[in-house]
Amino acid sequence: MDKATLTFTDVSITVNVPTGTRIIEMSEKVGSGITYGCREGECGTCMTHILEGAENLSEPTAFEIRVLEENLGGKDDRLACQCRVLGGAVKVRPA
Amino acid sequence: MSVPPFTIRPAAPRLEGPSGPVLVAPGVHWVGALDPGLRSFDVILKTANGTTYNSYAVRGSEGVAVIDTVKAEFADEFFARLEAVARYDEIRLIVLNHLEPDHTGAVPELLRRAPQAQVRLSPRGLPMLRALLKDEFELYDIKGVTTGQSVSLGDRSLQFYTTPFVHWPDTQCTWLARERVLFTCDLFGSHYCDGRLFNDLVGDFRFSFEYYFDRIMRPFRSFVAQAIDLIEPLDFGIIAPAHGPILRSHPRDYLTHTRRLISSRLASETGSEKTLLIFYVSAYGATAQLAQAIHDGAAESPEVRVSLFDLEGGEIAPFLDLIEEADGIALGTPTINGDAVRTIWEMLAALVDIETRGKLGAAFGSYGWSGEAVRLVENRLQGLKMRLPEPGLRIKLHPSAAELEEGRAFGRRLADHLTGRAAPREVDFAEIAAR
Repeated sequence: MDKATLTFTDVSITVNVPTGTRIIEMSEKVGSGITYGCREGECGTCMTHILEGAENLSEPTAFEIRVLEENLGGKDDRLACQCRVLGGAVKVRPA
Repeated sequence: MSVPPFTIRPAAPRLEGPSGPVLVAPGVHWVGALDPGLRSFDVILKTANGTTYNSYAVRGSEGVAVIDTVKAEFADEFFARLEAVARYDEIRLIVLNHLEPDHTGAVPELLRRAPQAQVRLSPRGLPMLRALLKDEFELYDIKGVTTGQSVSLGDRSLQFYTTPFVHWPDTQCTWLARERVLFTCDLFGSHYCDGRLFNDLVGDFRFSFEYYFDRIMRPFRSFVAQAIDLIEPLDFGIIAPAHGPILRSHPRDYLTHTRRLISSRLASETGSEKTLLIFYVSAYGATAQLAQAIHDGAAESPEVRVSLFDLEGGEIAPFLDLIEEADGIALGTPTINGDAVRTIWEMLAALVDIETRGKLGAAFGSYGWSGEAVRLVENRLQGLKMRLPEPGLRIKLHPSAAELEEGRAFGRRLADHLTGRAAPREVDFAEIAAR
């Protein structure tokens, strides 16, 4: 199984994750301030700021892009419940 | 016709309110509704003399704008007042500063009557409006707007200011520069019903203004500060909120007072120190021992000011002021009947009244059989959008010397997280998934 690393800077922890892991699957477990609401990409509660490794995340769908726009997300923001870590290293914090 | 002496007279006319629209400024009318009978708003606050749902109509040389509407039960009252100042085919613009139902109850019907109107709202309001209008959403000209955008009504225009989380994600303010009127929706509002409408005419509503702030705005005080920073430069002569009196006499005083309300309620003594508050409830003294150990460990850091409180010896309300200013809290509870104890839950429930997002949180406690309480408290702290860098500390029965040292180490790690000195950790997916 291919591996990647996902770092949550607000709790100073790096998790070795299988590729394909959604950020939200780990953020709650490690106690990060990235919290969730609907888990379906609609509410925008889990908006996450990508500090490093944005290129290692799955491409946003049209749906995620719309929700990010409506929630005034910046160019480095993603929804933790939508995007998957595809490899390499990704570093995040709550938006 | 003679009136029997025992006949109950209707309420004083001023409380019943104006029967028609009320002029607020040239070309601007109040077309809202009075709800003097309301005694509880949103379940979360009492309304001793009701509230108002303020809606406004702004007439320009090229059309009319309607700013916010009313609760659905009051739609007839709203439409009657609106029809007294405008025809539906004149309505060019509908501004929705906030999508909560007490302001959007008449929106679906207003759109059916004025389908040509542009609807402008903050982008965050779009999903809420989709949910409100269902299939009809696609029938209308609906667009999100942000700070700096405006819509012209000919000889006057309305400019938008995005002010999120005062108190919903979607909130915004709208500025009518020509008449110097700032429409703030829930910001600067109060639940106070008086048909005289204007702050220089109504009864004493100071309590209502502060109570409203405490219940509605205080949990978002950092966002209120950002909103005030954004709108303060405007040279407004009238603040027109969506609840309570219209602030036309000394309106800037209300902004200044709100700045006081969002500032610290306690004298600042800590300077650059980080603050950690440890609260506990203990049945047999075991959780109290843990609390003391965590306190002692955290207190080894000279950059962290640590305080220890037995929650059974204090009232929760004063602690909220303290927690609001703190950088972190740790809550200790025994597990009784598979749960955290009631006093801890009361504290956790009360935290919804203050801003907790981003604070450090931690849980600990002694248990006899199963020890569910710590995890339950952690879940609640996460729900309050706090960060929990350390997994909760659970000790079976009274702590041994080694377990007390574990408690001190736990305290030291919390201090490290507060000061930004926590050593980076690397863990495996399987370990995390098992939590």
